[in-house]
Amino acid sequence: MAMFESLSEKLTNAFARLRGKGKLTESDVSDAMREIRMALLEADVNFKVVKEFVAKVKERAIGQEVMETLNPGQMVVKIVYEELTALMGGENAKLEIAERPPTIIMLCGLQGAGKTTHAAKLALKLKKEGKKPLMVAADIYRPAAIKQLEVMGQKVDVPVFSMGDKVSPVEIVRGGFTYAAENHRDVILVDTAGRLHIDEELMGELQQIKSVLNPHEILLVVDAMTGQDAVTVAEHFNEKLGITGVILTKLDGDTRGGAALSVRQVTGQPIKFVGVGEKVEALEPFHPDRMAQRILNMGDVLTLIEKAQEQIDQKQAEEMARKMMKAEFDFEDFLEQMRAMKRMGPLQDLLKMIPGLGAQMKDINIDEKEMAHIEAMILSMTPKERRHPDIINVRRRERIAKGAGRPIAEVHRLMKQFEQSKKMIKQLGVMDKMMKKKGKGKGFPKLPGLGGGFPGPFGKR
Amino acid sequence: MGFFDRLKEGLAKTKAALVDKVTSIMTVFRKIDEELFEELEEALIQGDVGVETSMKLVESLRKEVRARGLKNGEELLPVMKELVADMLGSEVEPLMMAPSGPTVILVVGVNGVGKTTTIGKLAHHLKEDRGLSVMLAAADTFRAAAIDQLMVWGERAGVPVVAQGEGADPAAVAFDGVKAAREQGYDVLLIDTAGRLHNKVNLMEELRKIKRVIQKEVPEAPHETLLVLDATTGQNAVQQTKLFKEVAGVTAIALTKLDGTAKGGVVVAVCDQESVPVKYIGVGERIDDLQPFDPTAFVDALFATGKV
Ligand SMILES: Nc1nc2c(ncn2[C@@H]2O[C@H](COP(=O)(O)OP(=O)(O)O)[C@@H](O)[C@H]2O)c(=O)[nH]1
Ligand SMILES: [Mg+2]
Repeated sequence: MAMFESLSEKLTNAFARLRGKGKLTESDVSDAMREIRMALLEADVNFKVVKEFVAKVKERAIGQEVMETLNPGQMVVKIVYEELTALMGGENAKLEIAERPPTIIMLCGLQGAGKTTHAAKLALKLKKEGKKPLMVAADIYRPAAIKQLEVMGQKVDVPVFSMGDKVSPVEIVRGGFTYAAENHRDVILVDTAGRLHIDEELMGELQQIKSVLNPHEILLVVDAMTGQDAVTVAEHFNEKLGITGVILTKLDGDTRGGAALSVRQVTGQPIKFVGVGEKVEALEPFHPDRMAQRILNMGDVLTLIEKAQEQIDQKQAEEMARKMMKAEFDFEDFLEQMRAMKRMGPLQDLLKMIPGLGAQMKDINIDEKEMAHIEAMILSMTPKERRHPDIINVRRRERIAKGAGRPIAEVHRLMKQFEQSKKMIKQLGVMDKMMKKKGKGKGFPKLPGLGGGFPGPFGKR
Repeated sequence: MGFFDRLKEGLAKTKAALVDKVTSIMTVFRKIDEELFEELEEALIQGDVGVETSMKLVESLRKEVRARGLKNGEELLPVMKELVADMLGSEVEPLMMAPSGPTVILVVGVNGVGKTTTIGKLAHHLKEDRGLSVMLAAADTFRAAAIDQLMVWGERAGVPVVAQGEGADPAAVAFDGVKAAREQGYDVLLIDTAGRLHNKVNLMEELRKIKRVIQKEVPEAPHETLLVLDATTGQNAVQQTKLFKEVAGVTAIALTKLDGTAKGGVVVAVCDQESVPVKYIGVGERIDDLQPFDPTAFVDALFATGKV
């Protein structure tokens, strides 16, 4: 269906006729903005949020960045993707845990959003982290809601406090608080009844619960399939309660999930978790970059970014190449590269973008954990050590290992690998020079430390 | 209280919330110009009608304006409303009833849209307003306490519930229900099913099986397959309808939660692209909060300005 033609395709088409013009005018960019607007609306991002967003992207697009590049369409996609990711906030925000227990977490939201299920999922997650949660059944309205929470409690083996459906929710949470204290439960999860954000009476009830409990987290549970109304709902709940975060549910469906952007935008609060199934384990941290890709419906977004990246990185890569040929390459450079990669999202996807590597890297399996260890070790070096790896003697290695909390053997390995790759890079550099002399080949944009020679965290599957 | 009154009541509750939504469509004393068309398109999009269908509607509107030679802004909105209502199918179709034996209605939809609640309300409506004898079957054997929930609704509506335990084969429960309804001479059997996302192949296959099994007892069953859609849902409702229709042969839609601030405009796109009629709407959690669908009233609410 034409409707699902991806944004990148549309943008590429929109810009195709501009090719060779050299400079983008405001009206050229407007065409592209129309496509972006449509794509976001189709993904259910709220109308007003789209307006603001597009204005922002437009500003960036008519700027310097775009005009310098060869393919403005790709560049604009990149800007949209970056802005979307940025807008949806920092990489997975964590739950606020009280210094003095109990930590109190309250779940609220519209009817049918998934509060009860997510109370149980959170309870399980916290239990696995060594906490002793208690769930409190404060939905006295929906038939069998209490029973539902009790069954879920059994499933995850977490106690459920209830007082039946004849007692007010405010009384119930008071009782739950006392029960938690007496039974040494250190997290209290309150499951509240679903309600409309415009129901004054029931919203008042939530405010009362809040003032009684003083929760550390008030999480708004939002169905990922929500349409334009997500903004109104989030605004109301936030205004009345001051929410601290969002759980986005039912993301295992095929919705594009534009509500994520809307809710984040109007509340300013982070999406902390996403629900990805009916099973009690189906809870994941939220990743803004993945959500951005999903909203844009662009399986090929990364490919496009790759191309755009190729152009941007050219200068940077040349500088790097110069350093390498002089064998100046040090741990600072290495760290910089690693961080650049991290910022750009999941490594697997990123590898495909590495200029000059692309396809051949496809079967390579990356251990992100090991990457984190390497980073920790480099960070434990002093700036001087990073710039002059030669001075890193055994005593220094011991200190680095301790600082990074890694075994000394790993530091030895890192040093060895670094030396090897440096050597290899130098050789490559020489080769590259020769190639250039012969007038063949392109620059030298291979990413150091990642090419064939550097074993480290990259092993074949 | 009629649907529109109830909606008005609901809208009154929303106070300022709604006011800024569509009030901008001031059509009086205005010329018909590009800006006005744009505002109407925006109103549709903000009501979840979706970009594609909204553009299509505005295109038709332009044609009508030309054909009828309209000039004044205030003439525009009524034509727009007409076009939307046309898309929704201006006739309100009643439920299909079996010529003899029990009418079997299979209720399906994604998680949390209001299937069980709608069944409770529908049982009440069919019994009280149409004097039919109604039976329920608890074929959501998956979600915790779903059976208890339906039992409560059975009690409220004063109708019997056929059930097995949690974890039982839903097709077997549905079969029991159809058999009991036929043998005991009930007019209508409403089958509750577990919520399932339409992209889960296994769960959708389960629906196919339920249908197959009840057809062993009553070959024409189900006489209606009612898809419950949540008015809060955005464009995904089109995909839901498409897939539930493919697998379960959806014949009608119930649109719930219209008592909130969501307009439920996605059903316009659903009717346009999937041609499944809306037959009922849910406007609250009480037993009498179900109304037959009225396209004209729905469209009025879609363009409502909060001052209704
Ligand atoms: N406000 C409102 N809530 C509704 C409506 N229909 C159902 N609900 C609520 O939505 C929630 C989910 O309903 P339920 O029938 O359990 O959904 P199911 O999972 O599809 O069976 C419950 O809290 C219902 O009370 C409606 O028309 N308006
Ligand atoms: Mg149900």
